[in-house]
Amino acid sequence: MMENRDKEVHHRPQPAARPPAAPKMVVESFSASFGSTPILRNISLEVFPRERLAVIGPAASGKTTFLRCLNRLNDLERGFSRSGRILLDGRDIYDDDVDVPSLRRRVGMVYAAAVPLPWSIHENIVLGPKLSGVRGSSRLDEIVESALRSAFLWDEVKDRLREPAMNLSGGQQQRLCLARILALEPEVLLLDEPCSGLDPISTAKIEDALAELKANYSIVLVTNNTKQAARASDRTAFFLMGELIEIGPTRRLFTNPSDQRTNDYITGHFG
Amino acid sequence: MRISPVITQRVSVIAMWTLAVVTLGVLLFIIAFVLSEGLPHVTWSFLTESPTSMGQKGGVFPMIAGTLLVTGLAVLIAAPIGVATAIYLTEYTREGCLTAIIRFGADCLAGIPSIIFGLFGFVFFAITLGLGLSVISGSLTLALMVLPTIIRTSEEAIRAVPRSYRDVSYGLGSTQWQMVTRVVLRSALPGIGTGIMLAIGRSISETAAVMLTAGSALRLPRSLLDSSRTLALHFYILSREGISMPNAFATASILVAAILVINVLAYWLMRRFVAKAP
Repeated sequence: MMENRDKEVHHRPQPAARPPAAPKMVVESFSASFGSTPILRNISLEVFPRERLAVIGPAASGKTTFLRCLNRLNDLERGFSRSGRILLDGRDIYDDDVDVPSLRRRVGMVYAAAVPLPWSIHENIVLGPKLSGVRGSSRLDEIVESALRSAFLWDEVKDRLREPAMNLSGGQQQRLCLARILALEPEVLLLDEPCSGLDPISTAKIEDALAELKANYSIVLVTNNTKQAARASDRTAFFLMGELIEIGPTRRLFTNPSDQRTNDYITGHFG
Repeated sequence: MRISPVITQRVSVIAMWTLAVVTLGVLLFIIAFVLSEGLPHVTWSFLTESPTSMGQKGGVFPMIAGTLLVTGLAVLIAAPIGVATAIYLTEYTREGCLTAIIRFGADCLAGIPSIIFGLFGFVFFAITLGLGLSVISGSLTLALMVLPTIIRTSEEAIRAVPRSYRDVSYGLGSTQWQMVTRVVLRSALPGIGTGIMLAIGRSISETAAVMLTAGSALRLPRSLLDSSRTLALHFYILSREGISMPNAFATASILVAAILVINVLAYWLMRRFVAKAP
């Protein structure tokens, strides 16, 4: 441990280490547990506008739980309890008077498994806007097109928007799920291992989409693939057994980690 | 002596084929028998005229209307209650004492003979509530009778909707009610429809409960408080009292044809539903 701290002290500050703006989300001493099992212990970190934050760590390190806390999806689980605060634009999202559906529209989630609803491509994408009260078919058509374009899927499906989404390939389905969230124009985009089970080309398309989306969104990307984190993120957070071990600019964390455990993980010694 | 697996395989295949053919054969025989006896007597005027001489002559138009009214109303009453109960059981409550009691109650209700429903309907709806022998008494009674079917099939259909759809819906910022109505019910609709079809089939063919509650008036019902006779009951009375066997069979063939159509429709919906579920 001492050794590690020394390393941190000697470490030179990186240029453009963090975007200059005020943080979009702030997690303050956040802990979570299911029943009596603690899942997250005392996590504190910040998510900035226009950045891609990768969250890496071995299985059962609390990455997904962390992600699902950011838009309160864990509220639906039995036995979930938490402490600490998570601020979105300075307001605690766990306050009693927070409108949870609108929070989830602002902080959108793409799940690990692509789950298109068994309807047409068009219907899948307009579901979110319709739920929030958007009406008018021309307005909805515009949303469908821009969402599909942002997800790099428009050219592949523009002629078959009325066909079942289930007919799409796995990679297309995952980009459809991304488009479905983008249709809500969220502020923060959460992605839970969006490329697990996808081929390299589909993975590259999603990563390309994220690189462009970064201009308008804060992106939190949970991934089991350390190479993906190294490629497709600006900063990386390393979780282990529910604790945040280290967070920093991706290049720095992958070339010169300050904690031995981070080093072991990214070099493949465990996990 | 040990019988070789090849022989047991052959014997069991033949046995199962025979049983399947017998089952199908019985069904086809009944349908063919009823239709061959009845269809020659089904004419346009039989479908559109009122009966005369207690049903010896004339048609069955009032019975068709009565059947549609009593069955339709019964399903209109039972379907919303049944589907709402299923939604409550699956989405709005956790498994516990109360859900066990509701389910147990529905199962008990399903096992009660229809004549008991008839008796209850007669005493409660017709006499206590003063609705008399009427379309409304009949439909309310039938509604109670088919309620368990609708609850159980709807519950199964709603449970078959993958959990991930609920996650997706919540993730897109829906409230629980939006999640249920826009996503879950939509996906469960074919299954719920199948249950409703079964309920229609069951109430269309009911006699005992209808006789005691809707009565057996021959005339066209003018209001929901009028007594009315359904096709099934008309058939029962025509044949039981020996009024007119040809007309009885003609009535029966209309009934059989209607039930056949409903069952084929239900089966088709079910197939579609199963094919869609991942």
